[in-house]
Amino acid sequence: MNMILPTAISATPNGTTRPQVRIVIVGHVDHGKSTLVGRLLHETGSLPEGKLEMLKAVSARRGMPFEWSFLLDALQTERDQGITIDTTQIRFRTRSRDVVLIDAPGHAEFLRNMITGASQADGAVLIIDALEGVRDQTRRHGYLLHLLGIKQVAIVVNKMDRVDFSADRFKAISDEISAHLIGLGVTPSAVIPISARDGDGVAEHTPRIGWYQGPTVVEALDALEPARPLEQLALRLPVQAIYKFDDRRIVAGRIESGSLSAGDEIVIMPAGKIAKIKTVESWPVTPLTGSHGAGRSVGITLDRELFIERGDVIAHAGAIPRDTRRIRARIFWLHDKPLSKGDQILIRLGTRESRASVVAIEKAVDPGELSNEETKAIARNHVGEIDISLAQPIAADPYQENPRTGRLVIEVNGRIAGGGLVLSVDAGQRAVPIDIVPVESALRPEERSARYHHNGAVIWLTGLPGSGKSTLARALERRLFSRGGSPILLDGDTLRAGLNGDLGFSAQDRTENIRRLAEVATHLARNGHIAVVAAVSPSADDRAAARRIADTTFREIYVATPAEICESRDPKGHYAKARAGTLQAFTGIGNDYQPPARAELSIDTSAKTVSDATDEIERMLAETGILFDELVDLAANI
Amino acid sequence: MHLLDNESGGHGLRPGAFTKASSVPKILANGQLPPPSMDHLDELEAQSIYILREAFARLKKLALLWSLGKDSNVMIWLARKAFFGRVPFPALHVDTGKKFPEMYAFRDRFGKEWDLDLKIEPCPPIDAVDPTLPPAARSAARKTEGLKWALTKYGFDGLIAGIRRDEEATRAKERVFSPRGLEGGWDVRDQPPEFWDQFNASPPPGAHLRIHPILHWTEADIWAYTKRENIPIIPLYLSKDGKRYRSLGDQDITNPVASTASSIDEILTELDGTKVPERAGRALDHETEDAFERLRVAGYL
Repeated sequence: MNMILPTAISATPNGTTRPQVRIVIVGHVDHGKSTLVGRLLHETGSLPEGKLEMLKAVSARRGMPFEWSFLLDALQTERDQGITIDTTQIRFRTRSRDVVLIDAPGHAEFLRNMITGASQADGAVLIIDALEGVRDQTRRHGYLLHLLGIKQVAIVVNKMDRVDFSADRFKAISDEISAHLIGLGVTPSAVIPISARDGDGVAEHTPRIGWYQGPTVVEALDALEPARPLEQLALRLPVQAIYKFDDRRIVAGRIESGSLSAGDEIVIMPAGKIAKIKTVESWPVTPLTGSHGAGRSVGITLDRELFIERGDVIAHAGAIPRDTRRIRARIFWLHDKPLSKGDQILIRLGTRESRASVVAIEKAVDPGELSNEETKAIARNHVGEIDISLAQPIAADPYQENPRTGRLVIEVNGRIAGGGLVLSVDAGQRAVPIDIVPVESALRPEERSARYHHNGAVIWLTGLPGSGKSTLARALERRLFSRGGSPILLDGDTLRAGLNGDLGFSAQDRTENIRRLAEVATHLARNGHIAVVAAVSPSADDRAAARRIADTTFREIYVATPAEICESRDPKGHYAKARAGTLQAFTGIGNDYQPPARAELSIDTSAKTVSDATDEIERMLAETGILFDELVDLAANI
Repeated sequence: MHLLDNESGGHGLRPGAFTKASSVPKILANGQLPPPSMDHLDELEAQSIYILREAFARLKKLALLWSLGKDSNVMIWLARKAFFGRVPFPALHVDTGKKFPEMYAFRDRFGKEWDLDLKIEPCPPIDAVDPTLPPAARSAARKTEGLKWALTKYGFDGLIAGIRRDEEATRAKERVFSPRGLEGGWDVRDQPPEFWDQFNASPPPGAHLRIHPILHWTEADIWAYTKRENIPIIPLYLSKDGKRYRSLGDQDITNPVASTASSIDEILTELDGTKVPERAGRALDHETEDAFERLRVAGYL
């Protein structure tokens, strides 16, 4: 038995640096959850002194035989009804870790409490009565584990004493529940025959289950791992509040995934504003240096004053969540009144709340039933897929990409009524007035890419005047055209002669100039062309805005020719004029060019021939999925 | 570890000892730190800060219930971390008038030193309390009444309370954001669902919410964190003449337990081996099987 309390003092006296794993025990009512928990506590020597005796006395006084479950059913009402009505958390320790057992009610009436308990768990134990077999609540709980994102599940087939420890009965149940769970994408880590009342299979293999070779419950629990913070994923910092307690303006929130450091370039979604993290604030020591990872509650200050509010999500440029007003979600519903098409609801996603309406309901089923009878409304304790239209744009991810920013809850009359996973997010719905109806192209993107041997792209060449952007852009245009592609050059100065003729060189006009360039280029890219943009575009903010507009088609190339060489070239005579004072607002002489930090490619034209540089660009485009040569390659990408 | 100790001369304090905290790893000269991987206390702290900030963002008029004990002192510390040094809502001490002198000394000193907006509210006399309760529970119920008075007086819509799941079975069933009825009562049978750190924060007009930022902590966590952060404590928690208090309440209904633990390290070692419940010294928990639950349903902490 590896779950007894260690007799020696552990290396860390309070156990606070030991891993903690939270395990929820779920299953149909009366299948023996509380009994199993009581037995586990007893077997691991975790019971408070006198507790067992006290409960035995209570049982005797009430004229009832002692039940292990009394241990958990601390409330008066529960002892009267003999069921657990809310979740109870019990802690004990193994040699290697602290375990928090969450006992969740099995009664259908209390599904909201089961969800409350299970949502906090790293892993789950699903318990099934060997005599009764898989019941509706067994299936429902299995389905909810999937919706709650719990991947580690061990199955316990309890009350084996009631079926004479029959290996055949065990196998039948094991096969049925395994098939159900695997169908939901949850593979059980073990299926264990036990008798919680007598102790077989809980901490020890006994002769009565001699035919069983797998782990005991205690061993299976030891194999469940604590959930890890999502440091490997892209940064998501939902904003909880802005504090101005002193002269600092602190943006506070918890890092849900990824990590951040002072100096990082960030994007504030859904508005798409750009800023840099100036400091990471704390107390009592501040500011902090270094990287701060997922799970931390932090406070940051930014390098500029901009409008930011609770509900915004901070991300790194190039890896932002989508902004949307339309979400498709797979949800469970807990409210008495069924959820129907047209219902007005409140959505909470991260720290954002938004009014919303249900546009469509599909696949509404009772996950407890075998036959999936679909309906048009989602009844209490049922699940379904819904389309939601939001009153304001929000930042979100599909749950496969980020489980933390890919889940939402639904509130009705100020009370949480359901929740679920974001299946997909319709991007780009923002700022489209309802009386504009864009006409879609008659051609599909695949038709164009099959002809051109490339996908649509926006190639953005940025750099000082004279750095060689136009030269490279023209060489690239020729190269792409020769291989059968459809490149289109968008030169900043050329567009200023027409489309952007109304714009000057103020910061505001430059921003608008870039926005229009990006919009035109993106339109071309969406229609399969490669738009080659050559524009100084000195502002990092403006370029980040262009990247947002072009989204995944954007490829930034920094033409990083040294300033003195650019000035010596001076192909348009601008440097000379600026030096002479006859050309105002010229980028190049001052320090107003902000070089990109995360360009896809950086080229110094003073160190390369035009042909070599073009080769390099072509290679980058092939490696990042824009160019492809043959259908073989195309297939490899699918 | 620092103590408020009435016997150490002067006004009973070691000057300057309270100001230094050691919560943040030393910052290296070149400004570089290895990526911090969070330990158990870091996780607890981050979660509590998240809860405190959610409460502050979503409720209009908050107060933090300061009982002067180890748990609520940790809670104040967490609030100062959450809000960068200063607690932006009142600390409410519902005073039965029967606390230990050491507790009052602690309150008077740290109320000032921590720059708290301290509100001290009295409790009604014992005669005004439900006479069917057993004696100790009836005495404790004064606090529930005092709390109701304070709620009426200030119109708080959220009260932050330092209860923990591991203390007692009925507290294990609590939500982090726990709605209370108009009379302050707790409807344990109809608690709303709460998951994914999304909280029910819309009490009906006139009702209030209890917010429990350290619900997920254990007694050992509290002590380990107190030690790590150098949070001051009342000396009654440490062994004197073979006894110490594990939990502090009113003088007349709180008893010390047998213990030789005279430092936080020794307390942690003691907790590692004990099976005696924390509230063993609290008379009101043990009078009858359901006395504590009845108190809680009526609005006790």
